[in-house]
Amino acid sequence: MFDRRIFLKSSGLALIAGGFLPNVFARMAEAGTAAGRSVLVAIFQRGAVDGLNVVVPYGEKIYYDARPTISVARPGTGEDAALDLDGFFGLHPSMAPLLPFYRDGSAAFVHAVGSPDSTRSHFDAQDFMESGTPGVRSTPDGFLARSLATGKPGSPLRAVALTPSLPRILSGAAGAISTTSLQSFRIRAGGATGAAAQSLEAMYAATAGALGGTTKESFDAVRILQSADPAKIAPQNGAQYPNGPFGGALKQIAQLIKANVGLEVAFSDVGGWDTHVGEGSSRGQLGNLLRNYAESIAAFATDLGSRMADVTLVTMSEFGRTVRENGNRGTDHGHANIMLLLGGGVRGGKVYGRWPGLDASHLYENRDLAVTTDFRDVFAEVLAKRQGVRKLSSIFPGYDLEEKKRLNLIA
Amino acid sequence: MRVRARIDGSRAGAASFLLLAFGALLAVGAKSVPPRVPGQREVALHVLNRLGFGPGPGDLDRVLEIGVARYVDEQLHPGEIDDAAVERRLADLGTLRMTTADLIETFEKPIREARLLRREALRGQPMEPGEADDYRQMIPPSRRPRRIIEELSAARVLRAVYSRRQLNEVLVDFWMNHFNVSAAKGLDRVFLTSFERDVVRPRIWGKFEDLLMATAKSPAMLFYLDNAHSVAEEANRRPVVRNRMFLFGARPNAPTGINENYARELMELHTLGVDGGYAQKDVTELARALTGWSIDRPGEGADFVFRAAMHDVGTKTVLGHAFPAGGGLGEGEMLIRILAHHPSTAHHVAYELAQRLVADDPPKALVERAARTFRASDGDLRETVRTIVESPEFFDPAYFHSKVKSPFEYVVSAVRAVKGETDARALVREIAQMGEPLYLCQPPTGYGNTGTAWINSGALVERMNFALALTAGNVPGTASDVEALIQPAEARDPERSVEALARVLTGGELSCNTESTIAARIGSAAGGPGARAKAPLRLIAGLVLGSPDFQKE
Repeated sequence: MFDRRIFLKSSGLALIAGGFLPNVFARMAEAGTAAGRSVLVAIFQRGAVDGLNVVVPYGEKIYYDARPTISVARPGTGEDAALDLDGFFGLHPSMAPLLPFYRDGSAAFVHAVGSPDSTRSHFDAQDFMESGTPGVRSTPDGFLARSLATGKPGSPLRAVALTPSLPRILSGAAGAISTTSLQSFRIRAGGATGAAAQSLEAMYAATAGALGGTTKESFDAVRILQSADPAKIAPQNGAQYPNGPFGGALKQIAQLIKANVGLEVAFSDVGGWDTHVGEGSSRGQLGNLLRNYAESIAAFATDLGSRMADVTLVTMSEFGRTVRENGNRGTDHGHANIMLLLGGGVRGGKVYGRWPGLDASHLYENRDLAVTTDFRDVFAEVLAKRQGVRKLSSIFPGYDLEEKKRLNLIA
Repeated sequence: MRVRARIDGSRAGAASFLLLAFGALLAVGAKSVPPRVPGQREVALHVLNRLGFGPGPGDLDRVLEIGVARYVDEQLHPGEIDDAAVERRLADLGTLRMTTADLIETFEKPIREARLLRREALRGQPMEPGEADDYRQMIPPSRRPRRIIEELSAARVLRAVYSRRQLNEVLVDFWMNHFNVSAAKGLDRVFLTSFERDVVRPRIWGKFEDLLMATAKSPAMLFYLDNAHSVAEEANRRPVVRNRMFLFGARPNAPTGINENYARELMELHTLGVDGGYAQKDVTELARALTGWSIDRPGEGADFVFRAAMHDVGTKTVLGHAFPAGGGLGEGEMLIRILAHHPSTAHHVAYELAQRLVADDPPKALVERAARTFRASDGDLRETVRTIVESPEFFDPAYFHSKVKSPFEYVVSAVRAVKGETDARALVREIAQMGEPLYLCQPPTGYGNTGTAWINSGALVERMNFALALTAGNVPGTASDVEALIQPAEARDPERSVEALARVLTGGELSCNTESTIAARIGSAAGGPGARAKAPLRLIAGLVLGSPDFQKE
């Protein structure tokens, strides 16, 4: 695994910091070298992506019976066919940019994974997944916030959401920052920016309590961003991010990682997956969304190159979609879904999870793919093995985290 | 000495009340350090901060003129305060006055029609590559449902900024969070307008039971917490035609069975509180008692309906109260009354109000007293609030300036301070950016009453940038004239302008450090030796509003 200390030493940041190295840089360095810590990049596909058309169970005849107009054809039946993964599952052709990562063992999928709660409300299901407490609505904070709270304080930029407002999954994390543009995360006062920022910082420096302390974190974060100037870090290894907010978010997350600012958890989301009408099969609505999605993630992994050894990217979506297509060539709200894991330590090249089957007797409530893996078991493994989190019970309260339920998908 | 929380005959006894309150404070707080007796101006500022959204120019003088006690009493009777000016500002927000049925007709129907057209177009045709299905694009922006929440949010901000019924607006915010409903959940975006206007606003000064019952029967809450489609297990249903029972999302395999969501939050959040003394069995049985509480023709904007066919007719026991088999609507109504009058509810409501109005960690004695008022007055919300805002604890200077403002409070207080003229639309976006998107709080807890919840790195930078943008005139649709707030002589002198702006924007309570920092870095820099440069008033004002002092109330 790549040694992060080398990065800290050689990065432009340390040079710029030069003589006046404030404490915060020391804390960053510490956070960067803490054993077992890597960067977790969590992606939420809001709207419930149709996992059955992303990782296609082409080995099941029922899949084709249930989806006469929107199924993805079996591998080897033409250019629009699924891309074979393991002889039973195939990848949607728009996901082709991710196939090389699956083949080289750095990407894995989990199928029939999800939340045990039966809700088919986007709103509730997203809430439950982000709070990490399915069925419990009054949980005040998000599970990644609780995860961060188990560790040492770390860098002011340890948790960053590339979203317009702080997502539920990170709410409660004292230092979490949300912004859609790293460049705009600073004091803005036109020509007076310097004087304004200095005045504000001086005022808050003399303020006691959480207000003073947190503002110090803010100014440290602003300063780190300014000196590291991650926005100037160009994509490497020929990576090309597609247009759109999701690609932009991943590009900025990669910049933060490469700038060595002490990032531990990054979050972004991508919407549009609620394909009730005209979902399409290999081509069409879902295919277009998947292409941008896969190209963005592939660009991210390409851009980071060997640095991906320090990164685990995990995707989630609130629930899956009905096995059967509806009267509008789309799918309705279902139950189990897929997750994608990519990065260092992922035992890739495999579709994990027990496949429950699509025949009527095995469906959830007679219509949906059943959940055989709880999403919390996937995150528990990632957090324990990659983020060095020990007290998992506080992250998923009320859930029995038996190690034997884990899929062993992280080396 | 015993303080009577209520002043008899109220207005006449105002002055003596304050003396009484401070006297009690001296008696109660006589530990080691005698409590500081605050000046009248400080007290007036505290009242404007907590019973409202901070002082606008001239507000302090007005409170000092009529006296704090009289101002408090006025605010406790908002119906007697003329507020026509703010109503005029709301005139352009047409959706505020529409019925739910009209809102659906105007904003939901176009979507349904577009969806139908789309379906027609799809029938029998294969999808073309790249063919987007975004039927919403076919609808003009003025008829998209988001307009409803934009207008509702703008109205909330406009009222908070301009209404003379300041305490009323504080309490609307409080109760809308207590009975939180999120517009992000499906049809709630069309139900919320009526929820606030017809359910919450008319009842926040009355009996808690009435407010609770009205929320329980509101389409907004029935939909938000899923009670509308909570159905008795088959064995406990009346034998009727089952076909017509599911009016929601009438899909094949529509969810069946008991949905406990509302019952749980009703006890945990709306009434008893999480430690209020109920068990899971109470939640389940309460949920069974509430089966059938649903929405009549939700897609057309109809109101509450009790669907006997969905109701659980078995026996139930909730909080020790037994209900025989065969009950109907009445048992749910009775349980709501029982919950409304439960001692735990009195304590829970008193605690939350004291937390909002006095301190993040409210004094126990005050909570106890307010809970007693609640119980003794049949859950009278005006009397409960009165007990809190006329208490010695409320006037204890230890609590002055001790709460961090929520984003909503912060933005509104800043606009009030600069006497801003605004259409509020950009302010709504700013508030969301700081972490408090109005009407969009996801969990049913609503936004919290503690100030500390709002302190996080990203949001604080947003606040400072907002302050600088506001005074620089860079917030769209929002104008202010900072120079006009102070005397021309003060404006000409950099040093004096800092002091004058601090006084007028904050009521004069800026800490020495803040004032000297601004003066040192901006004021004197602009007015250095020989320089006759004008003081950068807008920048100074932005720094005052962005200062730590102004984050608190």
